[in-house]
Amino acid sequence: MPAVAETLETVQAASDGGYKWGFETDIAMEFAPKGLNEDIVRFISAKKNEPEWLLEWRLKAYRLWLTMEEPDWAAVNYPKIDYQDAYYYAAPTTKAAPKSLDEVDPELLRTYEKLGIPVREQERLQGIAVDMVFDSVSVATTFKERLHKEGIIFCSISEAVQEHPELVKQYLGSVVPPGDNYFACLNSAVFTDGSFVYIPKGVRCPMELSTYFRINAKSTGQFERTLIVADAGSHVSYLEGCTAPMRDENQMHAAVVELVLMDDATIKYSTVQNWYPGDAEGKGGIYNFVTKRAACRGARSKVSWTQVETGSAITWKYPSCMLLGDDSVGEFYSVAITNNHQQADTGTKMWHVGKNTKSTIVSKGISAGRGQNTYRGLVKISPKATGARNFTQCDSLLIGDQCGAHTVPYIENRCVSAKVEHEATTSRIAEDQLFYCRSRGLSQEEAVGLIVNGFCREVLKELPMEFAVEAQKLLAISLEGSVG
Amino acid sequence: MNAMTPGGFSARFAGLRDHLPGGRTPWVAALRGAAAEHFAATGLPHRKLEAWRYTDLSPIAQAQFTEALTLAAEHPVLPPMRAPHRAVFVDGRFAAGLSTLPAWCRTLAGDLNAAEGWLGALARDLPVVSLNTMLFEDGLMLDLPAGTDGGALELLSLASHTGRAIAFHPRHLIRLSEGASLTLIETSLGPDGASYLHNPVFEIQVASGATLSHVRIQREGRAGFQLATVLAAVEGGGTYDNFTLNAGARLVRNEIHTALLGPKAACHMNGAQLAGDGQHADTTTYLDHAAPDCASRQTYKTVLAGKSRGVFQGKILVRQVAQRTDGYQMNQALLLSEDAEIDAKPQLEIYADDVKCSHGATVGALDEAQLFYLRARGIPAETARAMLVQAFLTEAIEGVTHPLAQAALAEATEGWWEREAA
Repeated sequence: MPAVAETLETVQAASDGGYKWGFETDIAMEFAPKGLNEDIVRFISAKKNEPEWLLEWRLKAYRLWLTMEEPDWAAVNYPKIDYQDAYYYAAPTTKAAPKSLDEVDPELLRTYEKLGIPVREQERLQGIAVDMVFDSVSVATTFKERLHKEGIIFCSISEAVQEHPELVKQYLGSVVPPGDNYFACLNSAVFTDGSFVYIPKGVRCPMELSTYFRINAKSTGQFERTLIVADAGSHVSYLEGCTAPMRDENQMHAAVVELVLMDDATIKYSTVQNWYPGDAEGKGGIYNFVTKRAACRGARSKVSWTQVETGSAITWKYPSCMLLGDDSVGEFYSVAITNNHQQADTGTKMWHVGKNTKSTIVSKGISAGRGQNTYRGLVKISPKATGARNFTQCDSLLIGDQCGAHTVPYIENRCVSAKVEHEATTSRIAEDQLFYCRSRGLSQEEAVGLIVNGFCREVLKELPMEFAVEAQKLLAISLEGSVG
Repeated sequence: MNAMTPGGFSARFAGLRDHLPGGRTPWVAALRGAAAEHFAATGLPHRKLEAWRYTDLSPIAQAQFTEALTLAAEHPVLPPMRAPHRAVFVDGRFAAGLSTLPAWCRTLAGDLNAAEGWLGALARDLPVVSLNTMLFEDGLMLDLPAGTDGGALELLSLASHTGRAIAFHPRHLIRLSEGASLTLIETSLGPDGASYLHNPVFEIQVASGATLSHVRIQREGRAGFQLATVLAAVEGGGTYDNFTLNAGARLVRNEIHTALLGPKAACHMNGAQLAGDGQHADTTTYLDHAAPDCASRQTYKTVLAGKSRGVFQGKILVRQVAQRTDGYQMNQALLLSEDAEIDAKPQLEIYADDVKCSHGATVGALDEAQLFYLRARGIPAETARAMLVQAFLTEAIEGVTHPLAQAALAEATEGWWEREAA
């Protein structure tokens, strides 16, 4: 992937220099009528040939959503969203579900190749199984056979509803119930696709699993739902990437990700979020309202969230860990960059319930241009979580005097033997560091890139290698034009 | 009726408005009227408000407090006078017989017209402040002339034993002109058996080059409530130091808003909260860096025993003009009991890039290794614990340098752990 990405970058760098994923694919699409009502929910459900229980579940969520209010506590500003002014279903037209990649529309495959996503199973070198989600639906999943041998289920969630209804029924909404929050509730009503992963007992997933999300169509919202269940003693590393075309309008992405971990299970979940951030004037870009949560139900289970958030006009995202099993571990590593007019309000929730549960939070926020960057996190320790331990570190870097960096941690402790530590710093790039780099012949931008990469190192080193390379490049691109 | 609606207090104001000090003076009446309107619209703050998510005022709403109608003849035993001057307020009213005021001190009720343009100058739309503005009867009016060293002044608030649930809302106006300096030692005391509400509001102006050291020792009775709001504005080169000890009251909210308005202004806000069984102690600070080259330091320590709850919220705002700000905040909590709860929310909001700002927070129990060390040297467990608690508090307390304030503090904290453990 890095090689492809690099080539692309070289080609594109000359032309626009900025967001190189901003192209649009011209492909035959099928839309639901614009707007949102019960009929749309029924339409989506019928389109996906869903069982009755799931339709009921969606309708219940939709009715609940109507009674809820959009949250306003995050430090982000955006004009009121007209939920009736969007398509809630947009899919490339296909005759029947493709049996293999050969049946997938070549235009689609070209899109993913252009994005640097290895879609052909021949590209074995990459060793990553990919589920590709294009607007509302999953278009292809690679390496299914290989994974099937191990008993691993990796498919789109629509497929899982058909093939493994018992698993979906058992776990869907069990971590993020429909009424959890406004955006998760909306997602529960209208989600169209996403990935489903089940790792059986004792299995170590032989390759990294990956989903690549692409918003393509105009005036659509993307509402995907990812569900990963790691049974006892299993292990999986999951990657997630996303891009969208450059447009003047704001598009909404409201996803829900649920992770379930049994005894001794481990999930490593890595995200490189690179939705279109809008232009330098703050026009366009994706509203990224995402609910991600892991339930560590088993003892000694471990979940690790790593995210690099460079895109989106607005990011509203708090990947969380419910540490229910004794000795379970939650980690959150985050880099969030806001440049130009981007706004990010992101962080995590660590909810300690089991004994001797541990959590680590490392958050690095970088603000440039007129960007506003907020870390918002909660560490909650219940009375029974004896011996619980948390360490939190939030660092903010300011580049320029028009941006803002904010830190809002919440600590709620009801356990006498718990230990919680939090530290936060805010500063700018030190003149002496810059001078040091400049005097060794680096340009101003290279020097800033180097220093920023150093600032983020603790987080970047948590990423799988392929992602780390891409993330470093993204950091540099995101900050282009912010110095000098 | 919802318990948090303005009900009781607003009704009291409707009945009393003409009889309160300045009731017939247009500017005072207008001020009170506007505050009453605001309070009627908001009611007492409730937990759905972000600033009040950890402190529940419904016991105050339910208590149906009334005013102390007469100046109490009986009052708790007066602590010995430490400083050369002392202002004593009983149930929120000035007790002239117990006080000795320096020339630069008056009382608000005694010379209300002198407070025009001053009273309310720093007040903002906070429901608790509006409640005070609506119902205040008296307070200290301190105007220290330029270049004067005011030495130390004691401000004493006593709650009497009226047998009724009373509320008093003193309003203290404090102004230090250029280059003046003062140590203000404020103590609030009340009988343990009485249910009352002490709702003081301080409006503090520190001019350039002036230094105010404000030591607040809150030892209200264990059934009492204190909602204290300190509004401070510091001009260039001025210094405002606030140290608050919360040791008493069933519920206390110590809210401090400090604005650094001129270059090189400084602020130190420190505090200690000791809460035992049945107590709720909340310290909430807002620090507004509105000018370049200012420095602020905050250290807060909370110790919780029995079934108690401690809250710390501290926000540092650095405006875009406030380049080269140096801001630091630390809050630490020590839990001594399985039934205690601590909630902390430090917060940074930064719009200037050339700054150095940091905050830290820790929560934990007494260190078993330290305890073992002391016990191995023959120190009984309870004494060892008390020593460690005292040591934990030291960092916050050592900022208090005036010997009289130190003595008052030592008296208030000594033996606390032994009493709570008993």
